[in-house]
Amino acid sequence: MIEPSGEEFPAQNTPQLTPELAIANLQSPDLSLRYYAAWWLGKFRVNRADAVDALIVALQDEADRTELGGYPLRRNAARALGKLGDARAVPNLIECLECSDFYVREAAAQSLAMLRDRLRRGVAHRTSASALIKMLDGGVAEAVQVAGLPHLTQPYEAVIEALGAIRATEAIPLIQPFLEHPVPRVQCAAARAMYQLTQNPIYGERLVQMLAAGDLKLRRVVLGDLGAIGYLAAAEAIAHAQVENSFKIIALKGLLEHQMTDELDHLVISDDAIRVMNLMDTLL
Amino acid sequence: MTDELIRAVAEADTPAKMVAAVQNLAATKDIAAIPTLIAVFGYNNPVAAGVAATALTEMGEIAVPQLISQIDDYNYGARAYSIRTLAAIADPRALDLLISAAATDFAPSVRRAAAKGLGNLHWHKLDFPASHTAPKRALETLIFISQDSEWSIRYAAVVGLQALAQNSDLQQPIFARLNQMLATDTEKAVRARVQLAYR
Repeated sequence: MIEPSGEEFPAQNTPQLTPELAIANLQSPDLSLRYYAAWWLGKFRVNRADAVDALIVALQDEADRTELGGYPLRRNAARALGKLGDARAVPNLIECLECSDFYVREAAAQSLAMLRDRLRRGVAHRTSASALIKMLDGGVAEAVQVAGLPHLTQPYEAVIEALGAIRATEAIPLIQPFLEHPVPRVQCAAARAMYQLTQNPIYGERLVQMLAAGDLKLRRVVLGDLGAIGYLAAAEAIAHAQVENSFKIIALKGLLEHQMTDELDHLVISDDAIRVMNLMDTLL
Repeated sequence: MTDELIRAVAEADTPAKMVAAVQNLAATKDIAAIPTLIAVFGYNNPVAAGVAATALTEMGEIAVPQLISQIDDYNYGARAYSIRTLAAIADPRALDLLISAAATDFAPSVRRAAAKGLGNLHWHKLDFPASHTAPKRALETLIFISQDSEWSIRYAAVVGLQALAQNSDLQQPIFARLNQMLATDTEKAVRARVQLAYR
Protein backbone atom coordinates (compact mmCIF):
# COMPACT_ATOMS: atom_id res chain seq x y z
CA MET A 1 0.00 0.00 0.00
CA ILE A 2 1.27 3.46 -0.86
CA GLU A 3 1.00 6.16 1.75
CA PRO A 4 -1.37 8.83 0.42
CA SER A 5 0.92 11.75 1.30
CA GLY A 6 3.74 10.33 -0.83
CA GLU A 7 7.39 10.69 0.01
CA GLU A 8 9.04 12.31 -2.97
CA PHE A 9 9.87 15.97 -2.84
CA PRO A 10 10.08 18.24 -5.84
CA ALA A 11 13.65 19.27 -6.62
CA GLN A 12 12.84 22.96 -6.39
CA ASN A 13 11.77 24.75 -3.21
CA THR A 14 13.85 22.45 -1.04
CA PRO A 15 16.84 23.49 1.05
CA GLN A 16 20.34 22.51 -0.06
CA LEU A 17 21.52 20.03 2.54
CA THR A 18 24.81 18.49 3.60
CA PRO A 19 24.95 15.37 5.77
CA GLU A 20 25.94 17.53 8.77
CA LEU A 21 23.08 19.95 8.21
CA ALA A 22 20.56 17.16 7.67
CA ILE A 23 21.61 15.44 10.89
CA ALA A 24 21.35 18.75 12.75
CA ASN A 25 17.97 19.46 11.14
CA LEU A 26 16.54 16.26 12.68
CA GLN A 27 16.44 18.37 15.90
CA SER A 28 15.21 21.57 14.22
CA PRO A 29 12.29 23.43 15.83
CA ASP A 30 10.80 23.48 12.31
CA LEU A 31 9.08 20.08 12.05
CA SER A 32 8.96 20.16 8.26
CA LEU A 33 12.77 20.49 8.20
CA ARG A 34 13.04 17.41 10.43
CA TYR A 35 10.74 15.46 8.13
CA TYR A 36 12.66 16.49 5.02
CA ALA A 37 16.05 15.78 6.62
CA ALA A 38 15.06 12.20 7.48
CA TRP A 39 13.94 11.57 3.91
CA TRP A 40 17.11 13.21 2.54
CA LEU A 41 19.47 11.05 4.63
CA GLY A 42 17.85 7.92 3.23
CA LYS A 43 17.56 9.18 -0.31
CA PHE A 44 21.25 10.03 -0.48
CA ARG A 45 22.28 6.96 1.49
CA VAL A 46 24.19 8.90 4.14
CA ASN A 47 25.57 5.76 5.72
CA ARG A 48 27.35 7.31 8.70
CA ALA A 49 27.17 6.30 12.33
CA ASP A 50 25.99 9.75 13.47
CA ALA A 51 23.21 9.74 10.85
CA VAL A 52 22.04 6.28 11.96
CA ASP A 53 22.12 7.36 15.62
CA ALA A 54 20.10 10.50 14.90
CA LEU A 55 17.52 8.57 12.86
CA ILE A 56 17.16 5.98 15.62
CA VAL A 57 16.39 8.83 18.03
CA ALA A 58 13.86 10.18 15.51
CA LEU A 59 11.98 6.84 15.69
CA GLN A 60 10.87 8.00 19.18
CA ASP A 61 9.73 11.45 18.01
CA GLU A 62 6.61 12.81 19.71
CA ALA A 63 6.60 16.34 18.28
CA ASP A 64 5.48 15.68 14.70
CA ARG A 65 1.88 14.37 14.71
CA THR A 66 -0.92 14.25 12.16
CA GLU A 67 -4.60 14.94 12.87
CA LEU A 68 -5.17 11.19 13.05
CA GLY A 69 -2.32 10.64 15.50
CA GLY A 70 0.24 9.53 12.92
CA TYR A 71 3.98 10.09 13.26
CA PRO A 72 5.33 11.51 9.97
CA LEU A 73 8.93 11.88 11.17
CA ARG A 74 9.01 8.34 12.54
CA ARG A 75 7.77 7.05 9.17
CA ASN A 76 10.55 8.79 7.27
CA ALA A 77 13.19 7.81 9.81
CA ALA A 78 12.11 4.15 9.59
CA ARG A 79 12.25 4.26 5.78
CA ALA A 80 15.67 5.90 5.79
CA LEU A 81 17.13 3.33 8.19
CA GLY A 82 16.27 0.53 5.78
CA LYS A 83 18.25 2.27 3.06
CA LEU A 84 21.32 2.88 5.20
CA GLY A 85 21.94 -0.82 5.79
CA ASP A 86 23.13 -0.52 9.39
CA ALA A 87 22.17 -3.52 11.55
CA ARG A 88 22.16 -1.34 14.69
CA ALA A 89 18.73 -0.06 13.65
CA VAL A 90 17.16 -3.52 13.80
CA PRO A 91 16.02 -3.60 17.46
CA ASN A 92 14.46 -0.14 17.14
CA LEU A 93 12.72 -1.07 13.89
CA ILE A 94 11.34 -4.18 15.58
CA GLU A 95 9.89 -1.92 18.31
CA CYS A 96 8.27 0.19 15.58
CA LEU A 97 6.29 -2.86 14.45
CA GLU A 98 4.10 -2.17 17.50
CA CYS A 99 3.63 1.56 16.84
CA SER A 100 0.03 2.81 16.80
CA ASP A 101 0.63 4.39 13.36
CA PHE A 102 -0.01 1.94 10.49
CA TYR A 103 2.50 3.70 8.22
CA VAL A 104 5.29 3.49 10.81
CA ARG A 105 4.64 -0.26 11.10
CA GLU A 106 4.64 -0.58 7.32
CA ALA A 107 7.90 1.38 6.92
CA ALA A 108 9.55 -0.67 9.67
CA ALA A 109 8.55 -3.97 8.02
CA GLN A 110 9.83 -2.75 4.64
CA SER A 111 13.11 -1.64 6.17
CA LEU A 112 13.59 -4.95 8.00
CA ALA A 113 13.14 -6.64 4.61
CA MET A 114 15.84 -4.37 3.18
CA LEU A 115 18.16 -5.24 6.08
CA ARG A 116 17.58 -8.96 5.48
CA ASP A 117 21.22 -9.78 4.81
CA ARG A 118 22.06 -8.34 8.23
CA LEU A 119 19.69 -10.60 10.08
CA ARG A 120 19.54 -13.92 8.26
CA ARG A 121 21.07 -15.57 11.30
CA GLY A 122 21.20 -15.00 15.01
CA VAL A 123 19.08 -13.34 17.64
CA ALA A 124 18.10 -10.41 15.43
CA HIS A 125 16.61 -12.83 12.91
CA ARG A 126 14.56 -14.68 15.52
CA THR A 127 13.22 -11.53 17.15
CA SER A 128 12.33 -9.89 13.83
CA ALA A 129 10.66 -13.03 12.56
CA SER A 130 8.58 -13.46 15.70
CA ALA A 131 7.60 -9.78 15.80
CA LEU A 132 6.52 -9.92 12.15
CA ILE A 133 4.67 -13.22 12.66
CA LYS A 134 2.77 -11.65 15.56
CA MET A 135 1.39 -9.08 13.12
CA LEU A 136 -0.37 -11.91 11.26
CA ASP A 137 -2.35 -12.79 14.42
CA GLY A 138 -5.93 -13.65 13.59
CA GLY A 139 -5.00 -14.63 10.05
CA VAL A 140 -7.00 -13.66 7.00
CA ALA A 141 -10.18 -13.26 9.08
CA GLU A 142 -8.70 -10.27 10.91
CA ALA A 143 -7.00 -8.82 7.84
CA VAL A 144 -9.80 -6.44 6.97
CA GLN A 145 -10.11 -2.83 5.92
CA VAL A 146 -10.07 -0.30 8.76
CA ALA A 147 -13.32 1.65 8.62
CA GLY A 148 -12.82 5.02 6.94
CA LEU A 149 -9.12 4.51 6.25
CA PRO A 150 -7.38 3.43 3.04
CA HIS A 151 -5.60 0.46 4.58
CA LEU A 152 -6.04 -2.89 6.31
CA THR A 153 -5.56 -3.52 10.03
CA GLN A 154 -1.89 -4.34 9.46
CA PRO A 155 0.54 -3.67 6.59
CA TYR A 156 0.14 -7.30 5.49
CA GLU A 157 1.86 -6.83 2.17
CA ALA A 158 5.03 -5.45 3.79
CA VAL A 159 4.94 -7.95 6.66
CA ILE A 160 4.57 -10.98 4.40
CA GLU A 161 7.25 -9.73 2.00
CA ALA A 162 9.61 -9.17 4.93
CA LEU A 163 9.03 -12.71 6.23
CA GLY A 164 9.87 -14.06 2.79
CA ALA A 165 12.91 -11.80 2.43
CA ILE A 166 14.40 -12.89 5.76
CA ARG A 167 13.62 -16.54 4.95
CA ALA A 168 11.42 -17.09 8.00
CA THR A 169 10.35 -20.64 7.05
CA GLU A 170 8.47 -21.03 10.33
CA ALA A 171 5.93 -18.54 8.92
CA ILE A 172 4.93 -20.76 5.95
CA PRO A 173 1.67 -22.09 7.45
CA LEU A 174 0.68 -18.57 8.48
CA ILE A 175 1.43 -16.98 5.12
CA GLN A 176 -0.20 -19.65 2.94
CA PRO A 177 -3.81 -18.66 3.78
CA PHE A 178 -3.07 -15.12 2.55
CA LEU A 179 -2.92 -16.53 -1.00
CA GLU A 180 -6.72 -16.34 -0.73
CA HIS A 181 -6.91 -12.84 0.77
CA PRO A 182 -9.44 -10.66 -1.12
CA VAL A 183 -6.86 -7.93 -1.89
CA PRO A 184 -4.85 -8.96 -4.98
CA ARG A 185 -1.66 -7.21 -3.81
CA VAL A 186 -1.73 -9.19 -0.57
CA GLN A 187 -2.14 -12.38 -2.63
CA CYS A 188 0.93 -11.35 -4.64
CA ALA A 189 2.96 -10.76 -1.50
CA ALA A 190 1.92 -14.19 -0.22
CA ALA A 191 2.85 -15.91 -3.51
CA ARG A 192 6.17 -14.10 -3.57
CA ALA A 193 7.01 -15.06 0.02
CA MET A 194 5.82 -18.65 -0.45
CA TYR A 195 8.12 -19.00 -3.44
CA GLN A 196 11.06 -17.60 -1.50
CA LEU A 197 10.36 -19.90 1.44
CA THR A 198 9.64 -23.11 -0.50
CA GLN A 199 11.12 -22.60 -4.01
CA ASN A 200 7.98 -24.35 -5.28
CA PRO A 201 7.21 -23.17 -8.85
CA ILE A 202 3.47 -23.31 -8.09
CA TYR A 203 3.85 -19.91 -6.45
CA GLY A 204 5.90 -18.44 -9.27
CA GLU A 205 3.25 -19.59 -11.73
CA ARG A 206 0.60 -17.94 -9.60
CA LEU A 207 2.34 -14.63 -10.07
CA VAL A 208 2.59 -15.27 -13.82
CA GLN A 209 -1.18 -15.81 -13.89
CA MET A 210 -1.74 -12.55 -12.01
CA LEU A 211 0.48 -10.79 -14.54
CA ALA A 212 -1.97 -11.80 -17.26
CA ALA A 213 -5.13 -11.11 -15.29
CA GLY A 214 -4.52 -7.96 -13.27
CA ASP A 215 -4.92 -4.29 -14.14
CA LEU A 216 -1.90 -2.13 -15.03
CA LYS A 217 -1.02 -1.22 -11.44
CA LEU A 218 -1.19 -4.83 -10.33
CA ARG A 219 0.89 -5.95 -13.31
CA ARG A 220 3.61 -3.53 -12.22
CA VAL A 221 3.51 -4.96 -8.70
CA VAL A 222 3.72 -8.51 -10.03
CA LEU A 223 6.72 -7.62 -12.19
CA GLY A 224 8.45 -6.32 -9.06
CA ASP A 225 7.65 -9.58 -7.28
CA LEU A 226 8.89 -11.79 -10.13
CA GLY A 227 12.11 -9.77 -10.31
CA ALA A 228 12.61 -10.00 -6.56
CA ILE A 229 12.26 -13.80 -6.53
CA GLY A 230 14.19 -14.26 -9.79
CA TYR A 231 11.62 -16.67 -11.21
CA LEU A 232 13.31 -17.63 -14.47
CA ALA A 233 10.35 -19.45 -16.01
CA ALA A 234 8.54 -16.09 -16.16
CA ALA A 235 11.10 -14.46 -18.49
CA GLU A 236 9.00 -14.56 -21.66
CA ALA A 237 5.79 -13.66 -19.83
CA ILE A 238 7.57 -10.62 -18.40
CA ALA A 239 8.93 -9.55 -21.77
CA HIS A 240 5.47 -9.73 -23.33
CA ALA A 241 3.46 -8.23 -20.47
CA GLN A 242 1.33 -5.16 -21.18
CA VAL A 243 3.45 -2.88 -18.99
CA GLU A 244 5.94 -0.09 -19.68
CA ASN A 245 9.34 -1.39 -20.77
CA SER A 246 11.11 0.17 -17.78
CA PHE A 247 9.26 -2.13 -15.38
CA LYS A 248 9.96 -5.17 -17.56
CA ILE A 249 13.67 -4.37 -17.81
CA ILE A 250 13.98 -4.07 -14.03
CA ALA A 251 12.14 -7.37 -13.52
CA LEU A 252 14.36 -9.15 -16.04
CA LYS A 253 17.41 -7.67 -14.32
CA GLY A 254 16.23 -9.44 -11.16
CA LEU A 255 16.01 -12.73 -13.08
CA LEU A 256 19.44 -12.15 -14.60
CA GLU A 257 21.06 -11.47 -11.24
CA HIS A 258 19.61 -14.67 -9.84
CA GLN A 259 21.37 -16.54 -12.66
CA MET A 260 24.81 -15.26 -11.78
CA THR A 261 27.41 -16.10 -9.19
CA ASP A 262 28.62 -13.38 -6.86
CA GLU A 263 32.27 -13.43 -7.87
CA LEU A 264 33.14 -9.94 -8.97
CA ASP A 265 35.97 -10.70 -11.36
CA HIS A 266 34.95 -13.99 -12.79
CA LEU A 267 31.35 -13.72 -13.80
CA VAL A 268 30.05 -16.78 -15.59
CA ILE A 269 27.08 -16.27 -17.86
CA SER A 270 24.87 -19.28 -18.48
CA ASP A 271 22.60 -19.94 -21.45
CA ASP A 272 19.67 -18.89 -19.27
CA ALA A 273 21.38 -15.59 -18.47
CA ILE A 274 21.93 -15.02 -22.20
CA ARG A 275 18.26 -15.76 -22.87
CA VAL A 276 17.24 -13.13 -20.32
CA MET A 277 19.65 -10.56 -21.76
CA ASN A 278 18.39 -11.15 -25.29
CA LEU A 279 14.90 -10.34 -24.00
CA MET A 280 16.19 -7.23 -22.22
CA ASP A 281 17.85 -6.03 -25.42
CA THR A 282 14.53 -6.15 -27.27
CA LEU A 283 13.00 -3.84 -24.66
CA LEU A 284 15.55 -1.00 -24.97
CA MET B 1 -9.81 5.82 -49.00
CA THR B 2 -6.84 6.68 -46.78
CA ASP B 3 -8.65 9.86 -45.68
CA GLU B 4 -11.52 7.77 -44.37
CA LEU B 5 -9.15 5.48 -42.49
CA ILE B 6 -7.37 8.51 -40.99
CA ARG B 7 -10.72 9.87 -39.87
CA ALA B 8 -11.53 6.52 -38.26
CA VAL B 9 -8.38 6.84 -36.12
CA ALA B 10 -9.38 10.35 -35.05
CA GLU B 11 -12.91 9.22 -34.21
CA ALA B 12 -12.05 5.99 -32.36
CA ASP B 13 -13.62 6.37 -28.92
CA THR B 14 -12.50 3.13 -27.26
CA PRO B 15 -9.03 1.57 -27.01
CA ALA B 16 -10.19 -1.44 -29.04
CA LYS B 17 -11.60 0.74 -31.84
CA MET B 18 -8.37 2.68 -31.85
CA VAL B 19 -6.30 -0.47 -32.33
CA ALA B 20 -8.57 -1.68 -35.15
CA ALA B 21 -8.50 1.73 -36.86
CA VAL B 22 -4.71 1.95 -36.66
CA GLN B 23 -4.37 -1.59 -38.03
CA ASN B 24 -6.57 -0.69 -41.01
CA LEU B 25 -4.62 2.49 -41.67
CA ALA B 26 -1.27 0.74 -41.27
CA ALA B 27 -2.26 -1.89 -43.81
CA THR B 28 -2.51 0.74 -46.59
CA LYS B 29 1.24 1.50 -46.40
CA ASP B 30 0.19 4.89 -47.79
CA ILE B 31 2.62 7.80 -47.35
CA ALA B 32 -0.36 9.99 -46.48
CA ALA B 33 -0.84 7.87 -43.35
CA ILE B 34 2.57 8.75 -41.88
CA PRO B 35 1.61 11.84 -39.79
CA THR B 36 -1.39 10.03 -38.29
CA LEU B 37 0.67 6.95 -37.45
CA ILE B 38 3.23 9.17 -35.70
CA ALA B 39 0.44 10.95 -33.80
CA VAL B 40 -0.76 7.57 -32.49
CA PHE B 41 2.44 7.40 -30.38
CA GLY B 42 0.94 10.12 -28.20
CA TYR B 43 -2.42 8.44 -27.57
CA ASN B 44 -1.27 6.38 -24.58
CA ASN B 45 -2.43 3.15 -26.22
CA PRO B 46 0.56 0.77 -26.25
CA VAL B 47 -1.02 -1.78 -28.59
CA ALA B 48 -1.96 0.86 -31.17
CA ALA B 49 1.46 2.50 -30.80
CA GLY B 50 3.14 -0.86 -31.43
CA VAL B 51 1.10 -1.37 -34.62
CA ALA B 52 1.98 2.16 -35.79
CA ALA B 53 5.69 1.67 -35.02
CA THR B 54 5.79 -1.60 -36.97
CA ALA B 55 4.06 0.00 -39.96
CA LEU B 56 6.40 3.00 -39.98
CA THR B 57 9.43 0.71 -39.67
CA GLU B 58 8.24 -1.27 -42.68
CA MET B 59 7.77 1.93 -44.66
CA GLY B 60 11.38 2.68 -43.82
CA GLU B 61 13.39 5.61 -45.20
CA ILE B 62 10.37 7.43 -46.56
CA ALA B 63 9.02 7.92 -43.02
CA VAL B 64 12.29 9.22 -41.59
CA PRO B 65 12.00 12.98 -42.29
CA GLN B 66 8.58 13.19 -40.65
CA LEU B 67 9.60 10.94 -37.74
CA ILE B 68 12.43 13.41 -37.07
CA SER B 69 10.47 16.64 -37.57
CA GLN B 70 7.35 15.53 -35.71
CA ILE B 71 9.09 14.31 -32.57
CA ASP B 72 6.97 15.12 -29.52
CA ASP B 73 9.00 17.34 -27.18
CA TYR B 74 6.33 17.29 -24.50
CA ASN B 75 5.43 13.59 -24.23
CA TYR B 76 8.28 11.24 -23.40
CA GLY B 77 6.17 8.15 -24.00
CA ALA B 78 5.51 9.26 -27.57
CA ARG B 79 9.14 10.30 -27.98
CA ALA B 80 10.38 6.84 -26.97
CA TYR B 81 8.25 5.26 -29.72
CA SER B 82 9.62 7.71 -32.30
CA ILE B 83 13.20 7.03 -31.28
CA ARG B 84 12.64 3.25 -31.25
CA THR B 85 11.15 3.45 -34.72
CA LEU B 86 14.04 5.56 -36.04
CA ALA B 87 16.50 3.14 -34.46
CA ALA B 88 14.75 0.20 -36.16
CA ILE B 89 14.77 1.90 -39.58
CA ALA B 90 18.45 2.71 -38.93
CA ASP B 91 18.62 5.58 -41.45
CA PRO B 92 21.74 7.59 -40.50
CA ARG B 93 19.90 10.90 -41.01
CA ALA B 94 18.60 10.22 -37.47
CA LEU B 95 22.12 10.48 -36.01
CA ASP B 96 21.89 14.00 -34.57
CA LEU B 97 18.52 13.30 -33.00
CA LEU B 98 19.70 10.00 -31.51
CA ILE B 99 22.81 11.68 -30.10
CA SER B 100 20.86 14.43 -28.37
CA ALA B 101 18.23 11.96 -27.12
CA ALA B 102 20.85 9.56 -25.72
CA ALA B 103 22.92 12.28 -24.07
CA THR B 104 20.37 14.84 -22.86
CA ASP B 105 16.82 13.49 -22.70
CA PHE B 106 15.48 13.23 -19.15
CA ALA B 107 13.48 10.07 -19.83
CA PRO B 108 15.41 6.79 -19.45
CA SER B 109 13.14 4.97 -21.94
CA VAL B 110 14.05 7.53 -24.62
CA ARG B 111 17.76 7.38 -23.78
CA ARG B 112 17.90 3.57 -23.86
CA ALA B 113 16.18 3.41 -27.24
CA ALA B 114 18.57 6.03 -28.62
CA ALA B 115 21.65 4.26 -27.24
CA LYS B 116 20.66 1.00 -28.88
CA GLY B 117 19.93 2.83 -32.14
CA LEU B 118 23.29 4.61 -32.19
CA GLY B 119 25.08 1.31 -32.68
CA ASN B 120 22.99 0.14 -35.59
CA LEU B 121 22.69 2.96 -38.13
CA HIS B 122 23.43 2.14 -41.79
CA TRP B 123 26.59 4.21 -42.06
CA HIS B 124 27.33 3.15 -45.65
CA LYS B 125 24.35 5.21 -46.80
CA LEU B 126 26.27 8.38 -45.96
CA ASP B 127 28.73 10.01 -48.37
CA PHE B 128 32.39 10.36 -47.50
CA PRO B 129 33.56 11.97 -45.21
CA ALA B 130 30.32 11.72 -43.18
CA SER B 131 30.37 7.93 -43.46
CA HIS B 132 33.68 8.09 -41.63
CA THR B 133 32.97 10.77 -39.01
CA ALA B 134 29.38 9.82 -38.13
CA PRO B 135 30.17 6.47 -36.45
CA LYS B 136 32.87 8.21 -34.43
CA ARG B 137 30.31 10.68 -33.13
CA ALA B 138 28.05 7.78 -32.16
CA LEU B 139 31.01 6.19 -30.37
CA GLU B 140 31.76 9.37 -28.39
CA THR B 141 28.16 9.59 -27.23
CA LEU B 142 27.97 5.92 -26.27
CA ILE B 143 31.21 6.11 -24.30
CA PHE B 144 29.92 9.22 -22.54
CA ILE B 145 26.63 7.63 -21.50
CA SER B 146 28.35 4.36 -20.56
CA GLN B 147 29.37 6.34 -17.45
CA ASP B 148 25.81 7.29 -16.51
CA SER B 149 24.70 6.75 -12.91
CA GLU B 150 21.60 4.79 -14.02
CA TRP B 151 22.39 1.12 -14.68
CA SER B 152 19.88 0.65 -17.50
CA ILE B 153 21.49 3.49 -19.47
CA ARG B 154 24.90 1.83 -19.12
CA TYR B 155 23.34 -1.49 -20.15
CA ALA B 156 21.89 0.10 -23.29
CA ALA B 157 25.24 1.78 -24.00
CA VAL B 158 26.90 -1.66 -23.99
CA VAL B 159 24.30 -2.92 -26.47
CA GLY B 160 25.03 0.08 -28.70
CA LEU B 161 28.79 -0.33 -28.38
CA GLN B 162 28.60 -4.02 -29.24
CA ALA B 163 26.77 -3.24 -32.48
CA LEU B 164 29.10 -0.36 -33.31
CA ALA B 165 32.07 -2.74 -33.01
CA GLN B 166 31.08 -4.04 -36.47
CA ASN B 167 33.12 -1.03 -37.60
CA SER B 168 36.61 -2.51 -37.53
CA ASP B 169 38.37 0.82 -37.01
CA LEU B 170 36.31 1.48 -33.87
CA GLN B 171 36.93 -1.88 -32.24
CA GLN B 172 39.96 -0.85 -30.27
CA PRO B 173 38.38 2.03 -28.29
CA ILE B 174 35.16 0.03 -27.87
CA PHE B 175 36.82 -3.01 -26.36
CA ALA B 176 39.04 -0.80 -24.20
CA ARG B 177 35.91 0.79 -22.73
CA LEU B 178 34.12 -2.56 -22.34
CA ASN B 179 37.14 -3.94 -20.51
CA GLN B 180 37.01 -1.02 -18.12
CA MET B 181 33.32 -1.59 -17.48
CA LEU B 182 33.88 -5.28 -16.86
CA ALA B 183 36.44 -4.39 -14.20
CA THR B 184 34.66 -1.50 -12.52
CA ASP B 185 30.89 -1.56 -13.06
CA THR B 186 29.01 -1.99 -9.79
CA GLU B 187 26.05 -3.81 -11.39
CA LYS B 188 26.26 -7.51 -12.14
CA ALA B 189 23.68 -7.12 -14.90
CA VAL B 190 25.86 -4.59 -16.72
CA ARG B 191 29.01 -6.72 -16.37
CA ALA B 192 27.08 -9.74 -17.66
CA ARG B 193 25.97 -7.76 -20.71
CA VAL B 194 29.59 -6.76 -21.37
CA GLN B 195 30.58 -10.43 -21.29
CA LEU B 196 27.85 -11.24 -23.76
CA ALA B 197 29.23 -8.52 -26.05
CA TYR B 198 32.53 -10.43 -26.16
CA ARG B 199 30.99 -13.70 -27.32
